[in-house]
Amino acid sequence: MAEMAIKKKRPKNLDLPTIRLPLPGILSILHRVSGAAIFLLLPVLLWLLQSSLASPEAFAGVKGIIGHPLARIVLFGLIWFYMHHFCAGIRYLLLDVDKGVGLEAARRSSKIVFAVSIALTLIIGAKVLW
Amino acid sequence: MVNRILVGAHYGLKDWIIQRATAIIMAVYTVIFLVVIAAVGPDSFDAWRGIFANGFMKFATFLFFVSVFYHAWIGIRDIWMDYIKPDALRLLMMIATAAVLVGYAGWAVQILWRM
Ligand code: HEM
Repeated sequence: MAEMAIKKKRPKNLDLPTIRLPLPGILSILHRVSGAAIFLLLPVLLWLLQSSLASPEAFAGVKGIIGHPLARIVLFGLIWFYMHHFCAGIRYLLLDVDKGVGLEAARRSSKIVFAVSIALTLIIGAKVLW
Repeated sequence: MVNRILVGAHYGLKDWIIQRATAIIMAVYTVIFLVVIAAVGPDSFDAWRGIFANGFMKFATFLFFVSVFYHAWIGIRDIWMDYIKPDALRLLMMIATAAVLVGYAGWAVQILWRM
């Protein structure tokens, strides 16, 4: 099978404490985690949308749910995940068209992604959840 | 190394392009949605409902949902291909993912046109 061919001797570095994940690497893993998390929460989001549009009473009910401290934490995290996935996704699209490919540029753009997504999360979170 | 174990027949460049195209659609919709929300400030049921009663927003929201589901299909399938090694389980997870997403698409139509 295909696996056989790649199980040859290759250099390994398992001295884990010496391995540091740079910011673009953290951005990348968070992009995957956030995409998966949004996928898992899709039914909750569709249900919230459905209820909020159903009737004035259901709308008030959704507002009540959103106001619950636990729901606030989850939704705040979700907003951050969405904003991170959104900003990091745009960064990937720019990388795809060869914009910002150098090491320095890639480091700088990942800093921008974190700064912008966290700022957007705070603004939107403050507006919607509080 | 190209690893073609238990994947669909139509994948590769086409999926790569669709994942990018849907990403652009979702990104544009996200900006439109945030601008509309900021402009309307939907505190009441009527204002909130009014956003999605508008023909353009209804269509744009539907397009957004279809993009999310197609984009998520490609993305989640890629994640299964990376982490799930047993063929039967991998196939099962892919089928479950596709089934759930098709269901969501029907649900989204119902939400938007029966509200
Ligand atoms: C503004 C909206 C979005 C943009 C701009 C965007 C952008 C992208 C891009 C460019 C990729 C490809 C990354 C790569 O190949 O390395 C990607 C992957 C992915 N996206 Fe999105 N996306 C958006 C929304 C969503 C949503 C709403 C979901 C969840 C339902 C989602 C789930 C995923 C998943 C699961 C992956 C695969 C991640 C991986 O393979 O590591 N995305 N996204």
